[in-house]
Amino acid sequence: MSIALLLEQILNGLQLGVMLFLMAAGLTLIFGVMGLINLAHGSLYMVGAFACATVAAWTGSFWLGLVASLVAAAAAGAIVEMTVIRRLYDRDHLDQVLATFALILIFSEGTRWVFGSLPLYLNIPDLLRGTIPLPGGGRYQIYRIAIIAVGVAVAVGLWLLIARTRLGMRIRAGESDREMIAALGIDIRTLYTVVFAIGAALAGLAGAMVGALQSVQVGMGEPVLILAFVVIVIGGIGSIKGALVGAVLVGLIDTMGRFLLPRAFSVFMDPSEASLIGSAIASMLIYMFMALVLAFRPRGLFATAK
Amino acid sequence: MAEPILDIRQLSKSFGALKATDGVDLDLVPGEIHALIGPNGAGKSTLINQIAGTLRPDTGTIRFLGQVINDLKVPERARLGLGRSFQISSLAPEFSALRNVMLAVQSVQGSSFRFFKPVMRDASLIAPAMEVLERVGLAERARIPVAELSHGERRQLEIAIALALGSRAFLLDEPMAGMGPEGSKTLTGFLDKLREEAPILLVEHDMDAVFALADRITVLVYGRVIASGKVEDIRKDPEVRKAYLGDEQ
Amino acid sequence: MTMNRETIVNISLALLLLAIPLIALQLNSPFYVTLATRMAILALAAVGLNLALGLGGMVSFGHAAYFGVGGYVAGILAHHAFSGLPLDFGLFQVPGTNMMPIIWVVAILVSGLLALFIGAISIRTSGVYFIMITLAFAQMTYYFANSWPAYGGEDGLSIFVRNQFPGVNTLRPLTYFFICYAILLAALVLFAAIRDSRFGAALQAARQNEVRVATVGINANRIRLAAFVISGMITGLAGALYADLNRFVSPSMLSWHMSGEFIVLIILGGVARLYGPVAGAMLFVMFEFLLGGMTDRWQFFLGLVLLGVVLLARGGLVGWLAGRARHG
Repeated sequence: MSIALLLEQILNGLQLGVMLFLMAAGLTLIFGVMGLINLAHGSLYMVGAFACATVAAWTGSFWLGLVASLVAAAAAGAIVEMTVIRRLYDRDHLDQVLATFALILIFSEGTRWVFGSLPLYLNIPDLLRGTIPLPGGGRYQIYRIAIIAVGVAVAVGLWLLIARTRLGMRIRAGESDREMIAALGIDIRTLYTVVFAIGAALAGLAGAMVGALQSVQVGMGEPVLILAFVVIVIGGIGSIKGALVGAVLVGLIDTMGRFLLPRAFSVFMDPSEASLIGSAIASMLIYMFMALVLAFRPRGLFATAK
Repeated sequence: MAEPILDIRQLSKSFGALKATDGVDLDLVPGEIHALIGPNGAGKSTLINQIAGTLRPDTGTIRFLGQVINDLKVPERARLGLGRSFQISSLAPEFSALRNVMLAVQSVQGSSFRFFKPVMRDASLIAPAMEVLERVGLAERARIPVAELSHGERRQLEIAIALALGSRAFLLDEPMAGMGPEGSKTLTGFLDKLREEAPILLVEHDMDAVFALADRITVLVYGRVIASGKVEDIRKDPEVRKAYLGDEQ
Repeated sequence: MTMNRETIVNISLALLLLAIPLIALQLNSPFYVTLATRMAILALAAVGLNLALGLGGMVSFGHAAYFGVGGYVAGILAHHAFSGLPLDFGLFQVPGTNMMPIIWVVAILVSGLLALFIGAISIRTSGVYFIMITLAFAQMTYYFANSWPAYGGEDGLSIFVRNQFPGVNTLRPLTYFFICYAILLAALVLFAAIRDSRFGAALQAARQNEVRVATVGINANRIRLAAFVISGMITGLAGALYADLNRFVSPSMLSWHMSGEFIVLIILGGVARLYGPVAGAMLFVMFEFLLGGMTDRWQFFLGLVLLGVVLLARGGLVGWLAGRARHG
């Protein structure tokens, strides 16, 4: 096992973590401010990917596609918030789960209706094509580095948004006390729509960026959604910092587990068997990690005071 | 003085820089009503929560029936005989008054891990529960869901549950709150008799009720006991008048 | 004894489910027997979930785990019975079997153990955490089944001949329906008994007000965990029956869509109502069949219907037919 290979895997883990952060940040923000569990967040990820692939195919520009993904996901989020989600804030979690589950069915089947069942493909933009050398002799895709950079930028941007702006102040007020924010004279309905749309846009951005690495297809958001749930459970629901730390941890543990476990097992067993058992166990690693975290901190690493 | 049933020594609890309970000594002897008063935010509920077990004290001991109970959880303290009513009533809202009391009877009788016998045909649960409801004057309302009971009736029901638990001491957190004059009068009469059953630690804002009922009063301000003693002494205590009664009267 | 409205609704639902396969055979359309069997099995799975979710207020979004594990128990035991090779646990070996009663017991035990493990960790939390954690653990079993190649991995595992029940011919669709129907009725009896018992009283009180339960001296989490395990066992048994109905198990039985479907069944039928899962399963399977016959996009319309039910029509079918729940 060379250093370069190891470094490559660490970067892959970081890139997965960044992706998860974009999903988890929206989920945790929406839960923290509105108290809503949104299963349909993965659908917004899918919307972003389809919008990007479609616009990129029409115009030939990945960048226009990326803009389209943000706009489409934010718009879809705002529309869904105003028509459905808004009615769920005062309901119990069971109703929220069911209604947003229904939204997944509608989004998935609706997308299949419009785009058909065949996956779409999205190319990496020319600007980010190619690789850069890694220390130790390996090479790494520039595009993946760019994804990591975007994630870092979003994390910094979110932090600035929440800590430094008027909107952020309102979001923080909404987290701590819904009545207070109403008393401050802030239009809470608009605030909620804006927060939901921001979360949706982040999910859409993640979908568009990953769309160029994998194929764009119906259902692509669901595995990511569940990983994002694991992330925010580990990080502490409602905490953006927790989402960031949780996402990087999950990304690294998942990637490194899949890379290292089969190799570790081959030390004391037959290589083909080691590879099977190692990867089967690696697929469960982050869930075990989640169980471990919860055993010591039932409300996650950065639980917000309640 | 008789051996105390509940004996609290040097109890302290901080939330960050805030000392919610600061070196509190307090005891409860058989047959008495001991009122705990103090302005809002004095730490009365925090103290009650530490005695009942929902909060852990930082230092100090809580002794109940001679046993240190600091490390016991809420259900264990309840089984030992600490009966509690809440400031905001805390009942199973979908169940009838009767079923709420039956739950306490079931707990006293031991295991809740019985899966087959229907409770509503179980005379060994219904009879004791009805008897207690009778005593608090709720027998006629036994089959009404708690959600439909009046505020005062819920208070009575909470006390009925504490009675059904065979409690050896009662912690009553503002039982008069939100009650009309008529309801307060009935409840005052009831508590007056209840003290024979088991002593009561009474947190209450209604000063008429406190002075009518209490044998002893402890005054809590900013988490500290500033005075404690017979009702008459407390009435006269200048520090109490300054810190507390002055605002109220 | 006079019957209240809910009892009449319940008996009607039970009779209606029984009537479907009998009428189907008169009309010479055996396919409907399979449809009714599917209703009975999904209802059974949802009866299990209803115990945790309806009575205990534990919104488990991971009951597919027990359903799928029950299914895999049936599939794996049948697989080994068919091949004649024993299951190798290293230290000891266990032969496969194609006898349903043994398979059911093993399915109940294994899914109960899994529920004990998942429940012990999840029950320490509540609310959204509980939902997400149960979902995550179910996904863990899903990915494990996908990546574990010994029993088909993502391709699943076929049961070549339906497993046997002593004295009857399980290959006859009507016979198999009766087996499933009888188990469903038994589970309903068990559910009703638990609901009305001391255990059920503590469980339901813990859902309504946890503080109250603790203050009378009952450890709510122990009650919840026991309910969660029983719940997982019932759903696991349903999984074993489902595997034999389809003669096939695959990771899709473990998927979160399955978990979502169970919740949907309960909501459609009526949360915490005895026959809620039965009503829900009948509605759901009928809906799937009728709409699926008309359009490939039936899930789109299912989504719309569900949204409508959540936003507008609360209480489910049993609630609508029988009025508000009564709690004695």
